[in-house]
Amino acid sequence: MDNKLEKIVQALQEKFKTQAEEFRGEAHVFAGAGQVVDVLTFLRDQQGFELLSAMTAVDYWPQVSPRFHVIYQLTSVANNLSLMVRVPVNGDQPEVPTMTGVYAAANWREREIWDMFGVRFTGHPDPRRILMPPDWEGHPLRKDYPLGYEEPQFTFNYEEIDLRKPYSKE
Amino acid sequence: MGIEQKLGNMGVVTTTLETVVNWSRTRAMWPMLFGLACCAIEMMAAQAPNYDMSRFGMELMRASPRQSDLMIVAGRVSRKMGPVLRRLYDQMPEPKWVLAMGDCASCGGVFNNYAIFQGVDEVVPVDVYVAGCPPRPEALIHGVVTLYEKVQAMKFKDLAKG
Amino acid sequence: MTQLEEVTLDELKHLVSNRAIMGETMMLNMGPQHPATHGVLRLLVELDGEIVINCIPDIGFLHTGIEKNMEAKTYQKAEVMTDRLDYLSTVTNNLAYCLAVEKLVDLDVPPRAQVLRVLLTELQRIASHLVWIGTHALDLAAMSMFMYTFREREVILDILELVSGQRMMTTYIRPGGVWRDVPVEFEAAVRDFLKTFPKRLDEYEALLTRNPFILDRLYGIGKLTKEKALNYGVTGPILRASGVDWDLRKKRPYMGYEEYDFDVPIRTEGDNYARYLVRVQEMRESLKIVEQALNRLPMGPVRSDNRKFVPPPRSEIGLSMEALIHHFKLWTEGFDAPKAAIYSAVEGPRGELGVYLEGDGGPKPYRIHMRTPSFENVGVIPEICKGHLVADLIAIVGSIDFVLGDIDR
Repeated sequence: MDNKLEKIVQALQEKFKTQAEEFRGEAHVFAGAGQVVDVLTFLRDQQGFELLSAMTAVDYWPQVSPRFHVIYQLTSVANNLSLMVRVPVNGDQPEVPTMTGVYAAANWREREIWDMFGVRFTGHPDPRRILMPPDWEGHPLRKDYPLGYEEPQFTFNYEEIDLRKPYSKE
Repeated sequence: MGIEQKLGNMGVVTTTLETVVNWSRTRAMWPMLFGLACCAIEMMAAQAPNYDMSRFGMELMRASPRQSDLMIVAGRVSRKMGPVLRRLYDQMPEPKWVLAMGDCASCGGVFNNYAIFQGVDEVVPVDVYVAGCPPRPEALIHGVVTLYEKVQAMKFKDLAKG
Repeated sequence: MTQLEEVTLDELKHLVSNRAIMGETMMLNMGPQHPATHGVLRLLVELDGEIVINCIPDIGFLHTGIEKNMEAKTYQKAEVMTDRLDYLSTVTNNLAYCLAVEKLVDLDVPPRAQVLRVLLTELQRIASHLVWIGTHALDLAAMSMFMYTFREREVILDILELVSGQRMMTTYIRPGGVWRDVPVEFEAAVRDFLKTFPKRLDEYEALLTRNPFILDRLYGIGKLTKEKALNYGVTGPILRASGVDWDLRKKRPYMGYEEYDFDVPIRTEGDNYARYLVRVQEMRESLKIVEQALNRLPMGPVRSDNRKFVPPPRSEIGLSMEALIHHFKLWTEGFDAPKAAIYSAVEGPRGELGVYLEGDGGPKPYRIHMRTPSFENVGVIPEICKGHLVADLIAIVGSIDFVLGDIDR
């Protein structure tokens, strides 16, 4: 790990009691849902991480606690560093405070995570679905949501699938 | 459509009239701009100078459905886009044809999942399917020429609806 | 099939100004099917006469479920789906995915494959910028530019077809190297392109750069300041046109980019014209890189030797039993990745194309997320279009250069 990055990880550990891991030269920092706004504000203002490169989530079903990890990938343009902050979230009431006040890029990303995973972001100014139709039910990227696979039609099952297929009427 | 309703099937006069009408429909068929995804880029390349589609009558692509005869569905149709597609198809005046360009429009293509219609014929009735991912511009032109052959073979009595 | 949703003003109350609700301003729907929104983007524009007060983009009309679909396929088979994300720069998508997979399983790539990858990526960057210039000029009513740039693009697509057999979705770059070695006509074709293209680019610049109506429509429109750009997560030529020197090829070199001699164009004004100039200059720099890559192409294998991850070439399978077994196991079961997560990014023509890849010890990715640049870039449109006319909105949308496949995945 880079020297500067090590110092930042240590500063985070002292201030917020966060855990850290390292893999292939990258630093992953684990923060709690309650402190994540303060952690990101500290990183943006004091440590110079002005760019929120990516924000996504992972579903660890059937594990209930934590079921989701919300991931923030931060980049410092001034110092050329990058840091990943992971926030474990429970499965029964998945809520994380919104980051739109810290990074404006988080606005649409949080809508996407709500749409795909069902993780609610408290205080978000515009909590609507962004990728699926607004009346869609379910959160597609969860592991217990089916893929929606349709069987390919070969010669042996051509007719039976043809009958089931919803062809349009004129 | 008035001619077909009035004449029906009258033998020699109708056959020659059919040939002329069908010929004129194929010589200036205007497609509607319905490029959705990657196939749209190949459709644009087919319109570009190398594989010129205006040789086949498709000089311009009308963005308005009210002024076009052919809808080339180029690309994957997602669940949110399906109702939009159906509404645009309904807005096109008769006679209209649909060409499903590419694998995603024909059968769902690479994407066999919750988000994509497995074939655009779940939404609109399709006349010609063009395979490829994306189909080469020459394949699209072959599909268009096949559609022209289909239009040439149309008969008035099929169109005259009582 | 769900019914067509009619979005009423009630649902958007929190986004539009009070004047819209009182009926003073007009809401205009630039719907998903529109000639000027490049792809199926829906823009709900709040207008006061001709002036744009607010603009609400509505995306999701091309959502393909690629991320979920890739979780059901092995690492090699899932690569086919990455092509279809940003369908104008398909080689870059493949590259981002392969770099992520190679980082996760710690696989290295022979030098000849690295140089070939750089060559094709830069050619693809030129092709993508050509489409951008053609369609952007088409929006600004310079229709002949569309015809010229697509003619150049055909030359590049011919080179890609020579190398991989496919014009657009090549899947030529695979984990461990490239698919196979380039044929003998490749060098002549690329040198031919390098000879003819700079003159053509000069012609396009002569047509557009000092043209009064282009200046009218692009200069001073859509200003984006440096702080706003960083806060909105914007990357790529838009960030560089706003004055931030951030190009992943220079700052975090991958695949040997530190050995090539090229500049990164930076401008400070942040308006449409700056973005135009940055992209045109980027095309020239990419030409330099292509020439250097072609001159230094070393001999050697084009795929890694590590048979646990990379299938052997076909000629070896008839001769050696281990090669046959490796081939069989890799194509039926796939290789196993460690139980870890990485994030790796490359510089695409539109910005930072990042891949978050998490393995679970098995042959399929547990979670893959593509951080696509157009998502954040489109998010900045409501910010920069306030106070301009509707025609300027079209120019702004064109100069942001997004691709809907990128946004909706």
